[in-house]
Amino acid sequence: MTTPLSLRVFESEARLYRNIWRSSIASSFLNPILYLAAMGVGLGSLVDTNLPGGIDGVSYLTFLAPGLLVATAMQTGAAEGAWKVMAGLKWTKTYHAKLSTPIGVPSLVFGHMLWSGARVLMVSIVFAMVMVAFRVAPVSESLVALGPAFLVGLAMAAATTAFTARVQDPAALPLYFRFVVIPMFLFSGTFFPISQLPDWLQPVALLTPMYHGVEMSRAVVVGVSPAVAPWISITYLLAWIAAGTLLAIRPFRKRLTP
Amino acid sequence: MSHLIEARGLTKRFGDFTAVDGIDFTVEPGESFGFLGPNGAGKTSTMRMIGAVSPITAGSLTVLGLDPMKQGPQLRSRLGVVPQEDNLDPDLTIDDNLMMYGRYFDLPRSALRGRIDELLDFLQLTEKRKERVDSLSGGMKRRLTIARGLINEPDLLILDEPTTGLDPQARHILWDRLYRLKQQGVTLIITTHYMDEAEQLCDRLVVMDKAKIVAEGSPVSLISEHAPREVVEVRFRPGVLDGIADVIETLAPRTEILADRALLYTDDAEKTVAGIGAAGLEPETILARRSSLEDVFLRLTGRTLVE
Repeated sequence: MTTPLSLRVFESEARLYRNIWRSSIASSFLNPILYLAAMGVGLGSLVDTNLPGGIDGVSYLTFLAPGLLVATAMQTGAAEGAWKVMAGLKWTKTYHAKLSTPIGVPSLVFGHMLWSGARVLMVSIVFAMVMVAFRVAPVSESLVALGPAFLVGLAMAAATTAFTARVQDPAALPLYFRFVVIPMFLFSGTFFPISQLPDWLQPVALLTPMYHGVEMSRAVVVGVSPAVAPWISITYLLAWIAAGTLLAIRPFRKRLTP
Repeated sequence: MSHLIEARGLTKRFGDFTAVDGIDFTVEPGESFGFLGPNGAGKTSTMRMIGAVSPITAGSLTVLGLDPMKQGPQLRSRLGVVPQEDNLDPDLTIDDNLMMYGRYFDLPRSALRGRIDELLDFLQLTEKRKERVDSLSGGMKRRLTIARGLINEPDLLILDEPTTGLDPQARHILWDRLYRLKQQGVTLIITTHYMDEAEQLCDRLVVMDKAKIVAEGSPVSLISEHAPREVVEVRFRPGVLDGIADVIETLAPRTEILADRALLYTDDAEKTVAGIGAAGLEPETILARRSSLEDVFLRLTGRTLVE
């Protein structure tokens, strides 16, 4: 009985994580607490005063929390696909070391995606626990809201991995975060409905994977029906995951096994 | 199936650039085989094809009876690779690096623990085992990389410039360990541009230059084949040599005139030195020595600086 190659990659990432898990998990708790306290409760009281009916009939905190859950998963996926991949390919070259073993490029990419999924799941579970603590949603709803967040995180991990594998200069990564990840974080329906965006920007928001996750998670927590049918959103996110993973394999091959 | 490695017309091209140009060689089990050549000669590209991490462009290659193109994972599970550039995990300890690498081969943790103890002992790293890799010296990192390459008890260990960049002490420790591996019957392939390293470690070697093999044999046979027994090196004050080059050329069967130095290749150094005096030349220094692999190397690959 041999261990599948991608699981061996997963195991090595888990071994690395063992060194930093305490600080990593601690910041996974701290981040949502700070955001929900400042934006949800603080800024939220101002919003709620001016909008007596609430957004979608709920308080700003309840509106915001599922959006932030998805946004956190999105950013975690992007980070795994950026720094980890650049390190493996260029900085520490540990991907090169892995390829001197039975592991090949596809198993390396799949293993990396499995680990990215695990990381996204970790931060999402912690976020859901904080949501329960803030009394935004009961445990059951929080757990269901995790699903879309998980898909968005994986979609961003896959797309970012494909991007990172194609850039030679690590300076491209901070730019990627500044011009892709942060705008997506701000304008994909997390903080306000995308109907508030200028008309020309709304279709752009609609194309981001994050928007679809936010709509679904929020539908679960707020109890409204999402603007896009869930099966369309889920298919769309799965397509991102598949496309990103497949698009990563070719540049990985080019760089690791020329 | 008798050769451990068999290459016929092995070729590697990157676009228009030919890195390896139709080379033939075989390596036998238990042998320590060297690839000697200047930078850019195609040594590393050859190693990477043998290591099944770089597809071959043309020709044929079998390693351990396997086709690296079709049976890559199976082949790599039986190889040990020590790359030119260390690619250890800097955030992990020595122990964890070895454990992690061993797990890529799906070796059980319990078996790995014993194996790691042995390897650390063999490479004199036991005291440092709990230290993170980024705190180690270059020599220790190299030894750890060799330990890592041995974790799966490979049938073939590939070393790409194992001692480049190390100080003399670290080099000698490494040679000593590699020599012991060779005694234990491990087949080694070594690339190097150090002649002393090739003389110390290689039973047989090929000299590569500009993507081709230009000579092949044991260190001793290469020296006897490509260089006379002895060399007389004479050094003159700057500018003097230009005027007397034609005299020097008559003093030995083969001579080489460099900037302020002349090399006279001869079978009888004593007679040649006497001839220099008889010709009335007054060099600053005269040195008579045995020919080395370095003379062969420079003869075959030229003196032009390779960048």
